[in-house]
Amino acid sequence: MASVTRPAIPSAPDVALGAASTGPGAASGRSGRSARLLARLRPVASPHRWRRLLGWWSRSLPLRVTSTVFVASVVVLVLGGFLLMQQATLGVLSGKRESAGNEARQAVDAAQAQLNATDLSGEVNVDKLLIDLAKGFANRSGGSEQYQVIISARGQTITSGDATADSIPAVLRTQVESSPDLLMTPARIVYDDDRPPVAGLAAGSPLTLPGTGRYAIFLVFPLTQEVNTLEVLRYAVVSTGAVLVLMLTFIAALVARQVVVPVRDARRAAENLASGNLHDRMRVRGQDDLARLATSMNDMAAEMEKQITTLSELSQVQQRFVSDVSHELRTPLTTVRMAAEVLHDSRDDFDPVSARSAELLQTELDRFESLLNDLLEISRFDAGAVELSAATVDLRSVVDRVLDAQEALIRAYGVDVRVHTTGDTTAEVDPRRIERILRNLMTNAIEHSEGRPVDVLLAGDDDAVAVAVRDHGIGFEASQAKQVFLRFWRADPARARTVGGTGLGLAISMEDANLHGGWLTAWGRPGLGAQFRLTVPRRAGGVLETSPLPMAPRDLPLLAVRPPDPEMLDEQVPADGPPSGGAGLWTAGGWLPGQSPT
Amino acid sequence: MSTTLVGATKRPAGSATKGLCVFEGMAGGSSEPTETSSSRPRILVVDDDAALAEMLSIVLRNEGFEPFWCAYGDKALASFRENHPDLVLLDVMLPGRDGVDVCRDIRTESGVPIIMLTARTDTVDVVEGLEAGADDYVSKPFKAKELVARIRTRLRRLPAVVEEGEADTLAIGDLVISVDGHSVKRDGASIALTPLEFDLLLALARRPWQVFSREVLLEQVWGYRHAADTRLVNVHVQRLRSKIERDPEHPEIVVTVRGIGYKAGDPVRA
Repeated sequence: MASVTRPAIPSAPDVALGAASTGPGAASGRSGRSARLLARLRPVASPHRWRRLLGWWSRSLPLRVTSTVFVASVVVLVLGGFLLMQQATLGVLSGKRESAGNEARQAVDAAQAQLNATDLSGEVNVDKLLIDLAKGFANRSGGSEQYQVIISARGQTITSGDATADSIPAVLRTQVESSPDLLMTPARIVYDDDRPPVAGLAAGSPLTLPGTGRYAIFLVFPLTQEVNTLEVLRYAVVSTGAVLVLMLTFIAALVARQVVVPVRDARRAAENLASGNLHDRMRVRGQDDLARLATSMNDMAAEMEKQITTLSELSQVQQRFVSDVSHELRTPLTTVRMAAEVLHDSRDDFDPVSARSAELLQTELDRFESLLNDLLEISRFDAGAVELSAATVDLRSVVDRVLDAQEALIRAYGVDVRVHTTGDTTAEVDPRRIERILRNLMTNAIEHSEGRPVDVLLAGDDDAVAVAVRDHGIGFEASQAKQVFLRFWRADPARARTVGGTGLGLAISMEDANLHGGWLTAWGRPGLGAQFRLTVPRRAGGVLETSPLPMAPRDLPLLAVRPPDPEMLDEQVPADGPPSGGAGLWTAGGWLPGQSPT
Repeated sequence: MSTTLVGATKRPAGSATKGLCVFEGMAGGSSEPTETSSSRPRILVVDDDAALAEMLSIVLRNEGFEPFWCAYGDKALASFRENHPDLVLLDVMLPGRDGVDVCRDIRTESGVPIIMLTARTDTVDVVEGLEAGADDYVSKPFKAKELVARIRTRLRRLPAVVEEGEADTLAIGDLVISVDGHSVKRDGASIALTPLEFDLLLALARRPWQVFSREVLLEQVWGYRHAADTRLVNVHVQRLRSKIERDPEHPEIVVTVRGIGYKAGDPVRA
């Protein structure tokens, strides 16, 4: 009788659930709100926006640190709060159960004692007795509403307060009928007025009235107080947690900023250095790692500034020297040239030896002058003292101009030159440089055509315009496709030179092409001829991705039989090839790169 | 500057000490009869390089000119006043006074044709020389024939004779050009132009309906048969405008046709 039985003992979570009875409703409300929120977000959250967010995420270190700290602290505090609430609920409920059990036992004992003491000798109105008993309880509990009593007897229910019999769970009711002990279970207390049901405990025990039978007495303990306490506690936990999360995030942001700001300064300083502001330095504050970083960056900048200044001075001196030499050579060259002309004009009066000498003097002076001009031009490229003066021109008209200018050469070699144009061939280029490139390529092709036709192919697509000059002459080894652009390079030392070239023509052409952001490629096979292809972006400053013309000529069925070694394929040759020494300059060469521009 | 050094070291001591603009001794036994020399066009060569100057005078003499030589920039103007040349060949780099400055000096008192000899093709130098008033320029190393052709073009000038069916006077804007008289007048007051500027104006005025491209002007006025430096035209049009236009910023006589060239402004009938 005095023991509290286990089976119907509420488990704490149940009550907790009961206590948090507003939970499901709130949850459904939240899910409804988030659905609305999603619906509002959906039209805006385009892939583009996501990508931007993602980009922002990957760019900003403070954002990453801050949000990581935020997420982590939210997780930690939610877990901690959950555990705290669980512990608190458990403690509060077990205390209440303890006290409720004790109180119930006392009350039942008192009721039983009262019944036992009742004089049953006379006519006893059991109903009245029970009502009195209930009222006694009601008075005893002193209106503090600690508990209310419900006595059920012979089909009728007597209640001491406003809690109805529905508050007693059916399980308890049946168990009490068969058990002599005091039983206890969580319950939902329903009132007879409009008050909403509250969580509570229900205790039940049989009462025996000697002679008349067995009744059941139930006591319901509303948990209003405890629920309120837990509610307050929960509120405190949540608000403290929220404040903590915000503060932690703020601290993380602060710390990240503290670290990132100097790093950003360093980045900015490095960018400044890279863009040529060699005088920029970082501010050094304190003695920490970041200050040391700033110091080393500054040292590096100073060292770089020194080196670059030295180098640029050196390069200026060298460039000036080459330019001065070229200029200084010009005055005596003018004199020599005029003298040679005078001799040349009167060579008919000379003996054959002198006459031939005068002729040689004249022609070699032309070569000498070309060489001087080319050297000066190369030195300008080396010094970076060149700039593009771009204009929109049709490359076809440039080709026509080049062909007009080279009519004499074409006729002298008896070469048939065919021009094929497809697509729009206008481009924003420096006409003078493009003309120089094409003149070099044409001269090369004509000189090596061996009388066979030369094809000039022009093609344009959306982003690029290409000109290819194809000859069917002696060609060259595939492995030489890169070397033809080297300075003073000669293909075959065994072959005698026939036409004067400076050996700088293709090197200058390559520089010109690179200045446009264009490509100049060479393809050649012995006996199959050669093809040089120039590709320039349609708009100045554009970036090339493909060329409208293939690198190798289209008219080559033989290539399918013997695929070329990919290593030997004529890839784009970088302009920074080693400036070869003068070794090749005076060797007799066969395949000579380039006629000098004038 | 280094040019002057090289030139100075190479110059024969005699001519250097004599200094001033001597010519006769240099050609060495020139057998030209003196009476014809007066009818030959006189050319002043201002160049500090003795060898080049001598070579130039040989070539020029061969071609029928009467050359004089001056080696110093600061003495060029005196030599110019003394010799009254028909044309001046002027090196840019000179000891004493820069060729561009010499050019400016000569322009202040004469419209005589000046051809600059330049060892540099750098934009700034060429434009500076042209803006100082040089009519034309030749880059070293030049061919003798090229130079002589330039000289002849500058000496021959446009046929400033009244063409058939052409009035003696032409109107361009509010200017009146007298073809025979080689004069340009605005409201009766004559405007001094160099021969080149006169030729340029005349070329435009003769065909007021035509738009002249720079290349066409180069051929007609300067005598270039192949494409040449169009800056020649640009600079001289600016110089011409500064003399004849009421407001050079808003030209009404030599009108720019964007993307093509220049044309004559409509005549204003008073």
